[in-house]
Amino acid sequence: MTDLVSGIVAKYNYWIYVILMMIGLYAMIGKRNLVKKLLGMNIFQTAIILFFISMGVKRGAAIPILDKAGTLANGVDPVQILNPLPHVLMLTAIVVSVSVTGVALAVMIRIYREYGTLEEDEILEKLDR
Amino acid sequence: MNSYSNLHMYVMAVPLLSAFALNLMGRLSRYWVLPLTVGPLLFSTIGSVLVLVRVASEGAFSYTVGNWKPPYGIELLVDPLSSMMLLLISVIALIATFSANAWARREFPGREHLFFTLYLIQVAGMMGLVLTADAFNLYVLLEITSITTYGLIAMGKGRAPLASFNYIILGSIGACFYLLGVGYLYMITGSLNMADIARIIGTVNHGPALATAFAFVLVGLCIKMAFFPLHGWLPNAYSFAPTSASMMIAPLMTKVTIYLIVRVILSVFTPEYVFYTHQAVQSGMVWAASAAIICASSLALGQRELRRMFSYIIVAEVGYMVGGIWLANGQGMTGAVLHIVNDALMTLCLFLAAAAMSSRIGSLSFDNLNGLCRKMPLTMSAFVLAGLSIIGIPPTCGFFSKWYLLMGGIETGHWEFVAALLFSSLASVALFFRIIEFGYLRDMEDKQAEILFKATPSNEAPMMMLAPLLVSAASLILVGLSSGPIVRFVRTGILKFL
Repeated sequence: MTDLVSGIVAKYNYWIYVILMMIGLYAMIGKRNLVKKLLGMNIFQTAIILFFISMGVKRGAAIPILDKAGTLANGVDPVQILNPLPHVLMLTAIVVSVSVTGVALAVMIRIYREYGTLEEDEILEKLDR
Repeated sequence: MNSYSNLHMYVMAVPLLSAFALNLMGRLSRYWVLPLTVGPLLFSTIGSVLVLVRVASEGAFSYTVGNWKPPYGIELLVDPLSSMMLLLISVIALIATFSANAWARREFPGREHLFFTLYLIQVAGMMGLVLTADAFNLYVLLEITSITTYGLIAMGKGRAPLASFNYIILGSIGACFYLLGVGYLYMITGSLNMADIARIIGTVNHGPALATAFAFVLVGLCIKMAFFPLHGWLPNAYSFAPTSASMMIAPLMTKVTIYLIVRVILSVFTPEYVFYTHQAVQSGMVWAASAAIICASSLALGQRELRRMFSYIIVAEVGYMVGGIWLANGQGMTGAVLHIVNDALMTLCLFLAAAAMSSRIGSLSFDNLNGLCRKMPLTMSAFVLAGLSIIGIPPTCGFFSKWYLLMGGIETGHWEFVAALLFSSLASVALFFRIIEFGYLRDMEDKQAEILFKATPSNEAPMMMLAPLLVSAASLILVGLSSGPIVRFVRTGILKFL
């Protein structure tokens, strides 16, 4: 039991990522309101950002801006600096997620104009008629 | 000799850059739209022919963007498979663009330049997808293509925005799963270059992390390619999409994603890992593909509208290719890759025929098709040819890839897959001969004929729609007759992996 708890505590960021991802997935599939689905999608993407950032983290490491004189003298010590690549990848992923959200919002406006509602049940009711 | 080692980059960049030029110039005058779409696509087609010729004579070559050496920079790699896909994408986009142009004038008068901006960006995105050798770059390009597809589909009327929204939600889940898979791969290897990942995977003790990565990538791409239980978004999205958009999206999007799964299996995870480490997954995928083919074919039988029927046929064909890949032998893989080409051309022909018919009769529900063959003989004969190809009648290309898939199934003893293929052929016979019956044997009511066909002296679709249709129909026979060289070329691409 204590092993389990300490295992969770030691890697709590990964557990949070899994929980966030499940919340997002549930909202995307289980919720009937289109705005809530979109929010679920954003939570899902945020969870992935957390996952990527977590893997770049090192305890006690600094941001990857090198001191020129020190580096030339001693070389780069990988333990001293964070891995910047996951952060850069996530910058791109944020851009992607913002554009998807933008397109989804624009599509939602068209749906609202067409049906006058954003509840999936009500839209399906109108379609049946 | 090194003079055009960066040609494939231009093949991709020219449609992308002219998309922006088109957006600006199209505002000034609509006459810019046609030259600014056909021109770049023609350039890409010629360019990809040159790339293909060079790959055939000298083998694969790559271009490193911005001179950042791989594995750090992004590498654009053309090998036989990707050069073939590059040519396929540019040819299909070029053929479809004429018909799309004629339709865009009807569907979005005054907004054609916006439509074709998205169209060109999507083509460029798909070309990037087949060229890139970087796992994260692949995610970005996947989203570029998907976002433009969402936009193109949402431009339709009626239920199109709703269909597009569902596609956005499911497509994002798919892309995010793929991204998670890449995350796990990065954790194992610390690299994003595909060849580099494959090299490092072989040298480290990866444990269950690699299986997790593969599961995420597989499920993500299966959602994107509409593999049967995950196909929910496709029928609505493709049948409610504007006619002008569907004729390019339907042939290419699913096929490019299937190419991606081939690429990921061959260059990242390696076939040994995918097919032999987890035998249960391998045979499970063949079973799933067989179920997909049978279910999607049966669902296609239940449709009463032409484009909706086509979308279920696409779902069934995705099952063909996924099954062919997971047969895990040379025949199956050859059949799957050959079927990517053939199915893209067949779907193009079907959707162009649907567009041509729709230009005269409007709605494509089956009651509307009575007696159409007498009115539009050329359109209908092209349609019948595409139907024969889907069924798999010899001189058309559909026969040859189905033959390889069947041989692969028999060789590996996956009889369920063979049975599913035969069932699907029979179902296609029923599907197409039903429409041929409507078209050839029944008569159109006089009143209806008067309303629909009174205005023009010729009853055929306008030239801008008919010519591409006939070209695509002819290509079915041509590609069918030249299957031998194509297969040899495909084999040079995949044999070194198998």
